[in-house]
Amino acid sequence: MFNLFQNIHVDWLGKRRIFIGLSIFIMLAGLVSAIGRQLTPGGTDAFNLGVDFKGGTVVTAKFRNVPSDDDIRAALNRNGVADPVIQRTVNKPDEVLIKIPLIEAGASDTAPDEQRQKEQVQGGRLTVKKALDSFGTEAEGDATLDTNPDAAYKIVGTDSVGAVAGSQLRNQAVTATLLGLVGILLFIAFRYDWTYAAGAVLAVFHDVLMVLSFFSILQWEVNLTVIAAILTIVGFSVNDSIVIFDRIRENIVTNRTDSIFKITNDSINQTLSRTVITAGLVILSVLSLVIFGGEVLRSFSLALLVGLTLGCYSTVAIASPIAIWWQSKMGDSRVKDVLAPQASGQKLASSSRRSVTRRPVTR
Amino acid sequence: MNRTGLWIRTAIIIAITLGGIYMVFGPRHTPTSADFTWAGIKENLSKNINLGLDLRGGSHLVMRVKTDDYLKKLTENNAQAALSAAQDAKLPVTGNSMTTDPGNYSISLALSDPSQAQAVVDEVRKKVDLASWTQSTSGNNVTWSLPTQTATLLKRQAVDQELKIIDSRINAFGVKEPTLQRHGSDASGEILLQMPGVDDPERVKNLIGATSNLSMMKVVSPPNPSPVQTYPTKEAAIQSLGGTIPANRRVLPYADRDEPTSAGASSTPDPNKPKQYVVVEYPAIVDGSELRDASAASRTGADRDYEINFTFKPSGAQKFGDWTGKNIGNYMAVVLNDEVKSAAYIKSQIFDQGQISGRFTKQSAEDLALTLKSGALPAEIEYQEERTVGPSLGADSIRSGVEASLGGLALVVIFMLFYYRGAGINAVIALILNMILTIAALIMIKSTLTLPGIAGLILGIGMAVDSNVLIFERIREELRLGISIPESISIGFDRAFVTIIDTHVTTIISSLILYMTGSGPIRGFAVTLILGLLINLFTAVFVSRTIFNWELSLWPNREKLSI
Repeated sequence: MFNLFQNIHVDWLGKRRIFIGLSIFIMLAGLVSAIGRQLTPGGTDAFNLGVDFKGGTVVTAKFRNVPSDDDIRAALNRNGVADPVIQRTVNKPDEVLIKIPLIEAGASDTAPDEQRQKEQVQGGRLTVKKALDSFGTEAEGDATLDTNPDAAYKIVGTDSVGAVAGSQLRNQAVTATLLGLVGILLFIAFRYDWTYAAGAVLAVFHDVLMVLSFFSILQWEVNLTVIAAILTIVGFSVNDSIVIFDRIRENIVTNRTDSIFKITNDSINQTLSRTVITAGLVILSVLSLVIFGGEVLRSFSLALLVGLTLGCYSTVAIASPIAIWWQSKMGDSRVKDVLAPQASGQKLASSSRRSVTRRPVTR
Repeated sequence: MNRTGLWIRTAIIIAITLGGIYMVFGPRHTPTSADFTWAGIKENLSKNINLGLDLRGGSHLVMRVKTDDYLKKLTENNAQAALSAAQDAKLPVTGNSMTTDPGNYSISLALSDPSQAQAVVDEVRKKVDLASWTQSTSGNNVTWSLPTQTATLLKRQAVDQELKIIDSRINAFGVKEPTLQRHGSDASGEILLQMPGVDDPERVKNLIGATSNLSMMKVVSPPNPSPVQTYPTKEAAIQSLGGTIPANRRVLPYADRDEPTSAGASSTPDPNKPKQYVVVEYPAIVDGSELRDASAASRTGADRDYEINFTFKPSGAQKFGDWTGKNIGNYMAVVLNDEVKSAAYIKSQIFDQGQISGRFTKQSAEDLALTLKSGALPAEIEYQEERTVGPSLGADSIRSGVEASLGGLALVVIFMLFYYRGAGINAVIALILNMILTIAALIMIKSTLTLPGIAGLILGIGMAVDSNVLIFERIREELRLGISIPESISIGFDRAFVTIIDTHVTTIISSLILYMTGSGPIRGFAVTLILGLLINLFTAVFVSRTIFNWELSLWPNREKLSI
């Protein structure tokens, strides 16, 4: 039998100040990055928002002979696009992503949003097409670069989102995340105890903030799929917390002599192999997404990679320590008395069936 | 567990597995030998799975109907009609006014003699459809206001009508298997149009958005034989009316022999040609809603020499015939989108036919005829989102999605076999079964598989592995405590099951919320993840445990469990 993480005796609770300090440090760095970037005039924004949330157009063009980034930029500048973003795809050298911001309507900047919106979705693709026509003709309609030997490029994909739709999607995303957190909070409070719920949700908030910090500091693009990733991270992080809480709940019932601190430490250590193996396997499959998933899922898989790693760390180092530390502030005995009858009423099929008295696994 | 119970469980598992395999790989017709070849299986697979636009290529358009504009136009028209009705009856009406703020629409008529208020109300009721408006009288004013409920209803009707018109336009255009439906909340007035296989939607977009408002209007001009009265500038035209445009007149540009501005993106109007203006009488003699048919035809056969012939419905033909009979010698304008296309004098009474000349190209004439035939959009639309994916990009996405899934699965399988040995086989069987059943479930609920959906599938694998790890680690712990093998397996499954339920429910809660609040691609992700989790309860617990029980049953006296 091959075993990882057996007989671990780490005093997680004792080191909680170090862990919490480390987390706060990263979150502060993210906050500084976000605020700093926002306040620097002419610089980047707090987050590198994708077209989903900010509005704008992304055109994916496939070239026969790929022009240099500078040439593409110059061609776009000539067509009135001030600051396009040219992005190469990692695994497809002949494809280029061209991202242009919202087009200002006509000559005046005072045109109403609606007008701009119309211009954007009507004109985004056409503007890029006009600029790219300086490199040769496009293989239009059903033609491809293979069937039309005269064509120099082909637009293979477009994402165009108007300003109004962008802000709608943004609001939707924030609502989804917050509702998700509330739902989870309620469920854990119902299944365990509100201090556990608070600990788990705090850990989840921690994960979300950390992921956002990474996205702000490294300026990775935030788009719709990142929201899906964040909610997935929330789910996994809560999973991990629940596994540990479950073990704490069980250990409290079967072992009434140890202090809650020791029980918590033991529970974390007992489940550590599961925590690490699961996280490792999920991270392996996400790694496969990062490598093979392509450009469309890049933000999504990066968010997952960072978030799952942090989620694993936060459940061990943040969630349980906070939940238990909080409880201990309210008085050990009271916590046990509150929990014990409630917990033993739960489905503890195994402990009731057991012939020997259960001892902690770590001796 | 006794053998009978085990056999029953096994039978259930095999039945479900076969069902799943049939859903995914099987044909939907009577199987032939071709369905069992590699090529046949592949073909069935691609037929069974409903790929999303991001994987098969196509256009995704979200548009919004400007319903507030629609109500505004309706209010304006009613205000004008009410005023005309009262004036025609020689009632003492001094003018009309209206409110057209979003959410607040009303019309009022000002009277010089309040005692005539009831007569005005009666007269207006006869001529104008204001039945659903709330009428009130105060002092010298008669007011009709639109109740909020009715406004909501009218907006919804406008969107419904818009849907019908867009549907007929894209059908005539020949788009295959389009999806056309409302999008978002009812009040948003948003419409979603998905067109598989169309990756350059410019022409379709122009066609949908084309507001082809055709109307026949009387030109204010001395009759034939003097030429039609035109003005060099708009100001001059307004001047001829005494400085302001009265309610029953319109000043329109007269772009004789010009190209149309809508429904013909490729047309380029001659910029050197001087524009002229004419004054026409409002309201129109007949408008586009009275059209029965429209078609494009070339006069000379040359490509840039197309015109549109149209015919009226009986009611329109009646109106048109009456008017032309009374106005022989007068000039009539064919107005398209607030621009006079042609102005000609009436030679004789005409009933049901007319034409728009203007040197159209074949494509623009055909598109225009199409938009005229499908009727005028009740309100303008604006595009909010456009996403297109070319077939090659879609194929690339499929490949990367499949590679990512298989890569992830392979890594997980290798680890599980290495770390858990014999029990690892359990896990691998459960994982592969989970994947097949999740896809089968997707097919059964007729959901589409998108790229985020594939990501959901991969994360589903992650969750499935988690369940196995939880169970196996628990069994190992019990074994380490010296508990017997059957007891350990039993405790491991029972105890881990509580945790598995809790973890699954939390993830399902967050996925459900994603599904409810998210849009298109996100929903695909949520659906596959939820299905994967539900199926995992079957594969990781029921299937895996049955395999363990078979092991126990076949080798009851073994001393070591390979885990």
